[in-house]
Amino acid sequence: MPDNNDKTEILCDQVLRACSSKTPLAIRSGNSKLFYGRDVQGEPLPLDEHNGILSYKASELVITARSGSRISDIESALDEHGQQLAFEPPCHSDQSTIGGAIACGLSGPARPFHGAARDFVLGAKIINGKGELMQFGGQVMKNVAGYDVSRLMVGAQGTLGVLLEISLKVLPKAEAETTLAFEIDAVEGHKMLRGWLIDGHPVTASCHYQGVLSVRLSSTENSISNAHRKMGGEVVANDLWQQLRHQSHPCFEQANLWRLSLPPAAVIHNEDDQLIEWGGALRWKVSNNDLFEQAQRLGGHATRYNINSSPAQENSSDEIFQPLQAGMLAIHKRIKHALDPNNILNPARLYKEL
Amino acid sequence: MSTSTDKKLVIRCLQKILPTESVLHKEEDLRPYECDGLSAYQQVPMVVVLPETIKQIEDILSFCTNQTIPVVARGAGTGLSGGALPLENGILMSLARLSRIQNIDIDNRTARVQPGVRNLAISEAASSYGLYYAPDPSSQIACSIGGNVAENAGGVHCLKYGLTVHNILKLEVITMQGEHLTIGSDALDSPGYDLLALMTGSEGLLGVITEITVKLLPKPEAANVILAAFDDVATAGQAVSNIIADGILPAGLELMDNAALRAADDFVNAGYPRDAAAILLCEIDGTSAEVADRLEHAQNVLRTSGATEIRVAHDEQQRAKFWAGRKAAFPAVGRLSPDYYCMDGTIPRYQIANVLTRISELSNEYRLPIVNVFHAGDGNLHPLILYDANIDGELERTEELGGKILEICVEAGGTITGEHGVGMEKINQMCVQFNSMELQQFHAIKHAFDPDELLNPGKAIPTLHRCAEFGAMHVHHGQLPHPELERF
Ligand SMILES: Cc1cc2nc3c(=O)[nH]c(=O)nc-3n(C[C@H](O)[C@H](O)[C@H](O)COP(=O)(O)OP(=O)(O)OC[C@H]3O[C@@H](n4cnc5c(N)ncnc54)[C@H](O)[C@@H]3O)c2cc1C
Repeated sequence: MPDNNDKTEILCDQVLRACSSKTPLAIRSGNSKLFYGRDVQGEPLPLDEHNGILSYKASELVITARSGSRISDIESALDEHGQQLAFEPPCHSDQSTIGGAIACGLSGPARPFHGAARDFVLGAKIINGKGELMQFGGQVMKNVAGYDVSRLMVGAQGTLGVLLEISLKVLPKAEAETTLAFEIDAVEGHKMLRGWLIDGHPVTASCHYQGVLSVRLSSTENSISNAHRKMGGEVVANDLWQQLRHQSHPCFEQANLWRLSLPPAAVIHNEDDQLIEWGGALRWKVSNNDLFEQAQRLGGHATRYNINSSPAQENSSDEIFQPLQAGMLAIHKRIKHALDPNNILNPARLYKEL
Repeated sequence: MSTSTDKKLVIRCLQKILPTESVLHKEEDLRPYECDGLSAYQQVPMVVVLPETIKQIEDILSFCTNQTIPVVARGAGTGLSGGALPLENGILMSLARLSRIQNIDIDNRTARVQPGVRNLAISEAASSYGLYYAPDPSSQIACSIGGNVAENAGGVHCLKYGLTVHNILKLEVITMQGEHLTIGSDALDSPGYDLLALMTGSEGLLGVITEITVKLLPKPEAANVILAAFDDVATAGQAVSNIIADGILPAGLELMDNAALRAADDFVNAGYPRDAAAILLCEIDGTSAEVADRLEHAQNVLRTSGATEIRVAHDEQQRAKFWAGRKAAFPAVGRLSPDYYCMDGTIPRYQIANVLTRISELSNEYRLPIVNVFHAGDGNLHPLILYDANIDGELERTEELGGKILEICVEAGGTITGEHGVGMEKINQMCVQFNSMELQQFHAIKHAFDPDELLNPGKAIPTLHRCAEFGAMHVHHGQLPHPELERF
């Protein structure tokens, strides 16, 4: 039976032709994350019709799907077996695809506790910039044969290869979930949180915003009520975490928003407009100036994060992502060249030079 | 110039970089470095160097690049795939003397360590803060964290806590070209490509790792282990799938067959049920309440999956005893036979029963006993083939049998190596797992870091030429496993 949702051949052909004519390709899927990177001028390479779940066995904790599969479809399949994408990828619209999620490499509130998108990638089928169809990794939990090219694709935003199929590790959902809220300032709140983490409470998300620290606990009922007894706090609704995950929280509507990824204990100031997640390791902040230097001083990096704006033009001097040190940029260019020698895959999406 | 004058010159130059006693060149000093944990492959290097500073490493690499001398990095030499096997005309660089724990950061829950630090030493140093480093290879008292990163080492606890790649944040790396790269950061993610993932498991081919920042986890409040006995290995294999499918994520889930559990029991008196065809050790950890709830749940699943006997460790001492048998399994098996050969194929869990049956058929066919003790939760098999290297041809037959087991793993949808790496040992099987385009892609990535192919050349990624010869050899025996694969 022909599989109408398998566009592998068409896509390979298009990349091959683009490679020989040196035509840049703009890889597109759900189009929900255009803001997260620079504008790509090129012939569109649509992936949304290349979709479908290829295999899923609950006992394996692995799902394999074509890149154009919608995250919502994948999550409904997992939900039937009480499983989840534990890195909680943000979906900026219901069109968001798994390929887009992996290419961008973004992860939601559970990230410090369950792991990031890259942590759950087990394997990938890709087309490189020469139009070659290749498979790396696999569908098993552990695999050290060859370099980890499938994880290299995560966050590369298509600049190293067109993602066709992705195998992801999935996890069982916890039996129960509760959110506790505490009225406390950011500095004191994070001290308290650090103590709870060392004590091993089943924390799976944290958020500090406008004087309230919210903490999500996921575990068995007994374990959660024990933790609640020890931690105190008021039980509140769980919907905050969905708003944070999908970045629909009011905080994300602000113009000139910056995403700061920092060591969790990097100095915190009590600022009302700042939203802090990930136990201190992720901070959202409004600023008219760019925060690259400040983030670097604190041991991390910054990203310009304007969900409602259009992507930065190709020639714009406004970097979206933290500029790379010279040595790192050089190795990035050589890796790009190793996978996409003619520079046709989403050129300049991440950095002008790549 | 003859090779011996060459060698003298090299030694003299290296002695300008390092103290004389840190440059080993006499036969008797070189011998201890002739192999790693896979002693079937041996090669004495031209020179061994023992740097103690980053500057020395840098100078050694730059000297070798200028003179086009190949370099092999070595951690503790416990690798099981010949990854640290020296080259006859090359320099072996041991990182064992860079063994300082630079810093433990309690607030950020990280440790910054030099590459020669032993895996277990990190957890020991972090212990008084209630923290530990999660990946725990069975070799953890000896193996180095640098070697762990290079192999992406796993351990008993990686089903729940992940492999090395999931537990490191930042690397300092020096390439053969002398570039210093800071890969990753103290934050949870970094801009640009995920070079941290690319370096992890790259088997010392891309750069020399000079510092590692690892994540530390809070020690779980509670942990306990269930020992379940089965009268059939396949049933035990099925029970593994059932546990996971039922929503339990054990901290460890290990399977031992009868031969393995008897050997272990003889060795450390673990109190195992000696007549069982197989046992599972299922460890649950977390908060006390969680552990109580999940122990109950797991016992129910094991019972309905056909366990003939279920024991829950009644105290910490018995828990330690149950695990002592598993941890001593390799040396215990070592007492059964003059030599053993450890395989590392990984398969989907639902294939465990099927693949174990086929392995036992091969064992009969080759008349070489095979003992199984492995990370069942991850589907990571460790068939141990028992042989005697002193019997003519037995090593060759063992290697052939091992190769076939790996090919069965690939056929079953798995991989030739879950955690031990390709090294020298599985280089031919790489031609079974990857086609020529994929292998060429690997070489292109290697060249991005090491254009002259001077760092650990000839390991991990076979040349297409080598695959052509291997393919031809296999066709000759009439047992090519994947005739549809393109070959050269
Ligand atoms: C009894 C026993 C049990 C084992 N159990 C496990 C297990 O449970 N799980 C597991 O994953 N492995 C296991 N192993 C295998 C082995 O211990 C691991 O592969 C370990 O990570 C190797 O570390 P090492 O320091 O000994 O590295 P080595 O053997 O010295 O080197 C391994 C590779 O790493 C490279 N390398 C070493 N240091 C560096 C560096 N600083 N920079 C760049 N490259 C470097 C070398 O070139 C080589 O390719 C076991 C081994 C034994 C002997």
